[in-house]
Amino acid sequence: MSWLRFVHRKHSDVELQDEIEAFLTEETADNMARGMMPDEARRQAGIKLGNAQRVREQLWRQNSVAALETAWCDLKYAIRTLMRTPGFTAPAILVMALGIGANVALFTVVWNVLLKPLPFEDPNRLVVIYENSNDQSLMNSVAPGMYAVWAKQNHSFTSLAMLGGAQFNLSTEGGELPEMLDGTACTANLLPTLGVQPALGRNFTEGEDQHGSNRVVLLSWSLWKRRFGGDPAIVSRTIRLNTLPYTVIGVMPQWFAFPDSGTQLWTPVYDYFPAAYMTAVGNHQFEIIGRLKPGVTDEQGRADLSVITLHVHDANLNNPFVSKAANTQPLLNDMVGDVKRPLYALLAASGCVLLIACLNVANLLVARAAARRKELAIRAALGGGRLRAAARTVTESLLLTAAGGTAGLGMAYGLVQWLGHLTFQNFGRFESIQVDGAVAAFTVALVVLCALFAGLFASASTIGSQLSTALQDASRMASAGQGRTRLRRSLLAAEVGLTVVLLVVAGLLLKSYLQLRYSDLGCTTKNVMTMRINLFGGSYNDPARRVNFFAELLERVRALPGLEAAGLARTVPGSGYPGDDAFTIIEHPPLPKGTTQYAINFDAEPGYFQTMGIPMLRGRLFDAGQRLEAANETVINAAFARQYFPNEDPIGKHLRYENKNWEIIGIVGDTRSELYQDPKPIQYYPIFAGTGNSGMLVIRSGRDVEQLALPVQRVVQELDRDLPVYNVLTVDQLLGRVTFDASFNTTLLSGFAVLSLALAAAGIFGVLSYMVAQRTQEIGIRMALGAQRNRVLKQVLLDGLKPALAGLALGLAGSVGAVRLVRSMLYATRPLDPAVFALVSVVLLAVAVLACLAPAWRASRLDPMKALRTD
Amino acid sequence: MAKSNQPDCEMLKGTLDMMILRTLIGGDAHGHTIAKVIEHTSEDVLEVEQGSLYPALHRLEDRRWVSSYWGASENNRKAKFYRLTAEGRKQLVRETSRWRQMTRAIGLVMGEEGGVQ
Repeated sequence: MSWLRFVHRKHSDVELQDEIEAFLTEETADNMARGMMPDEARRQAGIKLGNAQRVREQLWRQNSVAALETAWCDLKYAIRTLMRTPGFTAPAILVMALGIGANVALFTVVWNVLLKPLPFEDPNRLVVIYENSNDQSLMNSVAPGMYAVWAKQNHSFTSLAMLGGAQFNLSTEGGELPEMLDGTACTANLLPTLGVQPALGRNFTEGEDQHGSNRVVLLSWSLWKRRFGGDPAIVSRTIRLNTLPYTVIGVMPQWFAFPDSGTQLWTPVYDYFPAAYMTAVGNHQFEIIGRLKPGVTDEQGRADLSVITLHVHDANLNNPFVSKAANTQPLLNDMVGDVKRPLYALLAASGCVLLIACLNVANLLVARAAARRKELAIRAALGGGRLRAAARTVTESLLLTAAGGTAGLGMAYGLVQWLGHLTFQNFGRFESIQVDGAVAAFTVALVVLCALFAGLFASASTIGSQLSTALQDASRMASAGQGRTRLRRSLLAAEVGLTVVLLVVAGLLLKSYLQLRYSDLGCTTKNVMTMRINLFGGSYNDPARRVNFFAELLERVRALPGLEAAGLARTVPGSGYPGDDAFTIIEHPPLPKGTTQYAINFDAEPGYFQTMGIPMLRGRLFDAGQRLEAANETVINAAFARQYFPNEDPIGKHLRYENKNWEIIGIVGDTRSELYQDPKPIQYYPIFAGTGNSGMLVIRSGRDVEQLALPVQRVVQELDRDLPVYNVLTVDQLLGRVTFDASFNTTLLSGFAVLSLALAAAGIFGVLSYMVAQRTQEIGIRMALGAQRNRVLKQVLLDGLKPALAGLALGLAGSVGAVRLVRSMLYATRPLDPAVFALVSVVLLAVAVLACLAPAWRASRLDPMKALRTD
Repeated sequence: MAKSNQPDCEMLKGTLDMMILRTLIGGDAHGHTIAKVIEHTSEDVLEVEQGSLYPALHRLEDRRWVSSYWGASENNRKAKFYRLTAEGRKQLVRETSRWRQMTRAIGLVMGEEGGVQ
């Protein structure tokens, strides 16, 4: 109501004037009726009314909200002054836009990914359960046999669901290409455990989650839209997966991306895997999701399952792979654990950028306040309150930050879109990122906070000044008072300090990234292309058929022109841990009961070593002619030889692996399976032994290897029209994917560091230029009295460098603390890497000198005569 | 007719609003009439200061106790008329009863004192 009145008070005033006029007319008429002369009647009416102006003022005040009135005044004043100095306003707004934009973008990501609850029913009760295998890992995947016992005997969970990775070849249908799809095999209670319903159709029944039952499948929304045109009649239709008929029983909601957004199909787990496999208690293969009973804590659930696990362990003492305890972790933690620290580090970095931006704007405001001292002093002399003066500065900075915030919000929106496109990770929560109410509130809070910070900082510098000295000071002969300069110097030092911290952290991440990217894999990565081929189902269940297919494929591919070498293996170095298996060495004494030794097991074909340039150290490679049962030779790598044959010759010894004896015939060079880890022992077995049904084709070419992708795919199509080829990537691209997170974090943090370096440089330049301008006359006098130009140059340069040096010392000290936070993100890089610290110092000093040089030069070139004449 | 000199005619604070509302019971009126009616009914004891009348009228309108419209006065001149709203009528009832309580209370106090003398 009062707001309405406030807005309409002009109209209300006009009406009042009419009303007063009407009163005067009436009263005059009355008076004339009483017999007065018209003039006298009018005069008397006027007397009776009293002061019309006073009435108007009173009503005006009654309609006004005092604080609002002042604020409105300040706002108009601030707009006018800011418009008059675009050279100050534009950079200030830009600086705030960059700072706020970066923060809002990062906050949007953090809010959506880390803080928002999962979109499942009562998500706080959902936990992920692992086996705690002390010797291998505290968070080991779960064996299906163990799950079965847990599900039957636990008292803490309303339900336990099991899921594991599954791959499907979706066969040709109506001329479409065959396609390899990532899917999830899960127990029928997975969706009820999460509290999710299919958008279309129904969930699996318990009956369907058994071996040999009718094959059924749930589709993801995107697969349904893309491949089946979003046709609702898809439910109960039959599609061919891995050459087998599956009945589609439903479509999942669009938002549903579990366990990750790459999952396009869900199928019952007990049907997908062989029955014998599902009772084993030593094969750690599955993820378990549990819903805690109301009132049961995570720890109680863990303890409950651990007791059961120990019972299973004690009943299977012969099997060294059975764990003794269970482990749990909240589902959200489990999903975002890897990105938590990097994201918070990035948010902290963007916070530093914003702080620097605020300091810069505060510095600019202080400079303005100093230039307007005379005006401010006169205002104060006329009785203007200091609080009002401070309010005016804060209003000014509020305007600047609000404009910057608006621009920053637009920037953040673009940045978030870009981040969304950029992420290779199949991480559902990255794709659901959106700007919502919480983000808007954060932006507003940020704008207000920045405005208060910059404004109060700037006005603090004016409040302390004495009125009379200010008035005197404002005369033409003086330079800015000491106090104000000191404040601006400390602002600069703080700015430089924060910049140094950011530069150090970015430098460390950059070094670590380079170490990672160019770490020696032990093989060539140039001009090598990989593609994966899976032989599933139908006639491929026959090992001989698979071996024949691979042999035929290699023969045809090797005949292609322009190809240098081609080979086949389980996977390539650098793409991740390929898994391991147990073995024993026949010539060694038997291992104590209940213990085991295992190493990475790796199917390869002789051409693989040649293609990847993995050196043959001793002995020879497999004979490609030995196939299936006849294959009985194995090759090991140098790490294997070092670890298991420390003082003997491995060649000619035998490994017992998968119930068969294999003779060691050669030793090859070490390779890294994971970029982050040192080379590990590997036992190579011939892929032509026919045990595996999945292979990675590797080809190398002297020229652009990507040109060979299509011809090779054509060869595959000639061999089997329904066989999809997927993950067609060069090894460099593959490594790019593996190192994507590191590259992403490094890029973003380096961006922030460079931005803050630019801001700090601009700050130094601005402050020094301003100080030189203020001291023009003083410098003129010095020069008139015979000061050398070089001395002046040195003096000004030192003036500017002093705060930069102080900031550098501050920043280096601060970095020592800050690097602790990113320690876990570093690879082969010491947190206190002297090279990085030294480089940062050099870069910062160079930039600071550059920023100081122009104002110092200008000062030394001053013409004393002109300088003394300027006002 | 030297009303303005009488010291006792100063209106009690807050009573003006009530009296305006009471006046409007008789029908819509413009500012001049309202002032005149109050003065006449009070046998010229109370003088309505124009300086407070108009702000008061606007205040009452703001609270939705009266509404206003522009019309022609008895002498066919343009004037702003005020009308009592239903809400204003309720307010008048409330204020009247409070006023009665108040005067009775004050009367009781004064009566006792008068009795002693």
